[in-house]
Amino acid sequence: MLGIEGLSPETISGLLDLSESYIPQNQSIDKRRDLLSGRTVINLFFENSTRTRTSFEVAAKRLGADVINMDVATSSVKKGETLLDTAMTLNAMRPDAIVVRHSESGAVNLLSQKVNCTVINAGDGQHEHPTQALLDALTIRRRRGTLEGLLVAICGDIMHSRVARSNIHLLQIMGARVRVVGPPTLMPTDIDRMGVEVHYNMRSGLKDVDIVMMLRLQTERMQGTFVPSISEYFRFFGLDMEKLKVAKPDALIMHPGPMNRGVEIDSEVADDLDRSVIHEQVEMGVAVRMACLDALIGGRRNAIGAAA
Amino acid sequence: MSRRMSGDVLRGAPPHTGSTAFINARIVDPAADAEYTGAILISDGKIADFGPNLFASGAPYGIGSVDCRGLHLAPGLVDARVHTGEPGEEHKETLESAGIAAAVGGITSLVLLPDNEPPFDDASLIEFVARRARQVKLANMYAYGALTVGLEGKELAEIGLMAEAGAVAFTDADHAVGNAQMLRRALYYAKGFDALIVHLPQEPSLSGGNMTSGVMATRLGLSGVPPLAEVMMVERDIRLAEMTGGRLHLTKISTAESVKAIAGAKARGLKITCDTAPPYFALNDLAVGDYRTFGKLVPPLRSEADRESIVEGLRDGTIDAIVSDHRPQDQDSKRVPFAQAEPGGIGLETLLPVSLELVHNRQLTLPQLFQRLSAAPARLFNLPGGKLAKGAPADLVLFDADVAWRVDRDDLWSKTKNSPFDERPVQGLVMATIVGGRTIYRHDNFTPTPAAA
Repeated sequence: MLGIEGLSPETISGLLDLSESYIPQNQSIDKRRDLLSGRTVINLFFENSTRTRTSFEVAAKRLGADVINMDVATSSVKKGETLLDTAMTLNAMRPDAIVVRHSESGAVNLLSQKVNCTVINAGDGQHEHPTQALLDALTIRRRRGTLEGLLVAICGDIMHSRVARSNIHLLQIMGARVRVVGPPTLMPTDIDRMGVEVHYNMRSGLKDVDIVMMLRLQTERMQGTFVPSISEYFRFFGLDMEKLKVAKPDALIMHPGPMNRGVEIDSEVADDLDRSVIHEQVEMGVAVRMACLDALIGGRRNAIGAAA
Repeated sequence: MSRRMSGDVLRGAPPHTGSTAFINARIVDPAADAEYTGAILISDGKIADFGPNLFASGAPYGIGSVDCRGLHLAPGLVDARVHTGEPGEEHKETLESAGIAAAVGGITSLVLLPDNEPPFDDASLIEFVARRARQVKLANMYAYGALTVGLEGKELAEIGLMAEAGAVAFTDADHAVGNAQMLRRALYYAKGFDALIVHLPQEPSLSGGNMTSGVMATRLGLSGVPPLAEVMMVERDIRLAEMTGGRLHLTKISTAESVKAIAGAKARGLKITCDTAPPYFALNDLAVGDYRTFGKLVPPLRSEADRESIVEGLRDGTIDAIVSDHRPQDQDSKRVPFAQAEPGGIGLETLLPVSLELVHNRQLTLPQLFQRLSAAPARLFNLPGGKLAKGAPADLVLFDADVAWRVDRDDLWSKTKNSPFDERPVQGLVMATIVGGRTIYRHDNFTPTPAAA
């Protein structure tokens, strides 16, 4: 599974249905099953990510798989090994799935061409982060029943966000309308040609939306070049109760994490128990990753169609 | 020789209330492209009515009236490029002394450049200027915000917060942004706030010299700035504006090639605009003969062929506006060898008389001149003045278009005397300046009858 782009609505619905079936298991006391017993999953993270890596690890373990976390920082990559050599080496150990996070767009794609196991993209550069889009979709579907016809605003640093790209694909495949909202400096060129509405201010961008997805502002890129300052960004693009007023009263607030409170989101909004579903997103993340592993290496492919 | 520009600057005048009629005036209406004899009625600081037929049968009954005695009455000048020394170099010019010089020059609104010490790269400084302008109580004063932090061309300044605080446009003043990626991002970012970016197109790596390249520079032994340094950046900026869709205004256009490039961009439908300053249509590089440091400007004075093209650009409308580019420098900055002298010239008091040469030379009509001096800058910077319209602020200039005099630096009201037009014979003199209905300047030769304005 490399990306959302190109998936059919049926495949996505099937994965979401399967994910849904794992939620009760995750909420029960005995969380472990043997579905993937004997399978090996390698988490290969070239970029730090506590959240996503842990989520994949928990998902695989709850299905009974053996999980190996490769710590790239201390691996042979640091000794100068190329991406493809690392891939070939791991491939020779015959894993069933490799979950890859890499800072360069397309790196996961390249790796997948050289191994003969399943590869799951856990985020590549500014390209895609498919399981994030699936868990967002699952969260919305559970709250709203469907994705079809919803108006979704994705706000903030669209340019550097793989989450935005995966969500744009998925939401549109499932019949939702998507707006992107942010300063023009954080909009990728010709983003409107991906079928989204572009807004440069929150007032028009959030008007009447059902869902507000905030993105993390990569503060390391903040100062001066894309956006003048954190205080100016928060003033004009940070989600607070005032800006949220123009959205639908029951609009859901989402964030892929980690949040920068006081940068892209105000604590009052982030902690609003009625509307903020940020923690629910994390919970759904485990279920979605269980479903992906199940579908891809669980030997029950025909249950939901080929997702790979 | 008597002081030509002798008159009273009336800072204490109270806000205008009631009604005042300016009758028997030659009215210049830039928006209607018309000039006619008529009257303007002011009520509570705003233009209530105007036209050729207003009070045509005589002075109105029961309200104060001012007989203009056939002098010209036009929308006050809107000067979009003024530097003062406040804060930072108050010995060169304060907001008050600049306000006085503006009043004498017929300027009713001005926009202050941000290259002070400290530079205006923070909303608090924009608010400081607004507060000081209210205290000075002369021309309307607005401020640019810095485009980049410290005018260094490296990091975007807080454009949104400064726009909220009242900054009317964003610029790095006389610092060109050499890094194309920086200007591109600035144009994109400003677009989100529909903010105007004003840029001086001078390629920094080619602009280190002291005067324009050419035989004059060679003979004087001074290092040159090629005219090319301007047009190559004009062309780059046009491309960036086209790509980003941002609002870009190029300032102080001084070369023939630049005018041609901008005319081409406008013909292609781009919303790019530009201005020039009097030195570039009224002087050429001969003015720095004898190493006159008053003629050291940024960009440098150009060749006669370039000057003629600037006049032509003003005539055909390629150049939208005229700015004074007022930049005071004290004696310590100018009485030094040419290469060490600070660039810049004062221009508030000579803006109108020098610009009127274009009318006397039949290159522009009076309404066309006031389109460049008042209407266009007000429109570009989204300021309330610069036009005759019912409900618009009564910001007006009353002037004698014909009276001849000679610029004498000792007669100027500006705190420093570095005028590139020193000793120049000119034609046209401001007789009164009216801001929001208040007369803030009145020349000694114009005493209003029968009732005081």
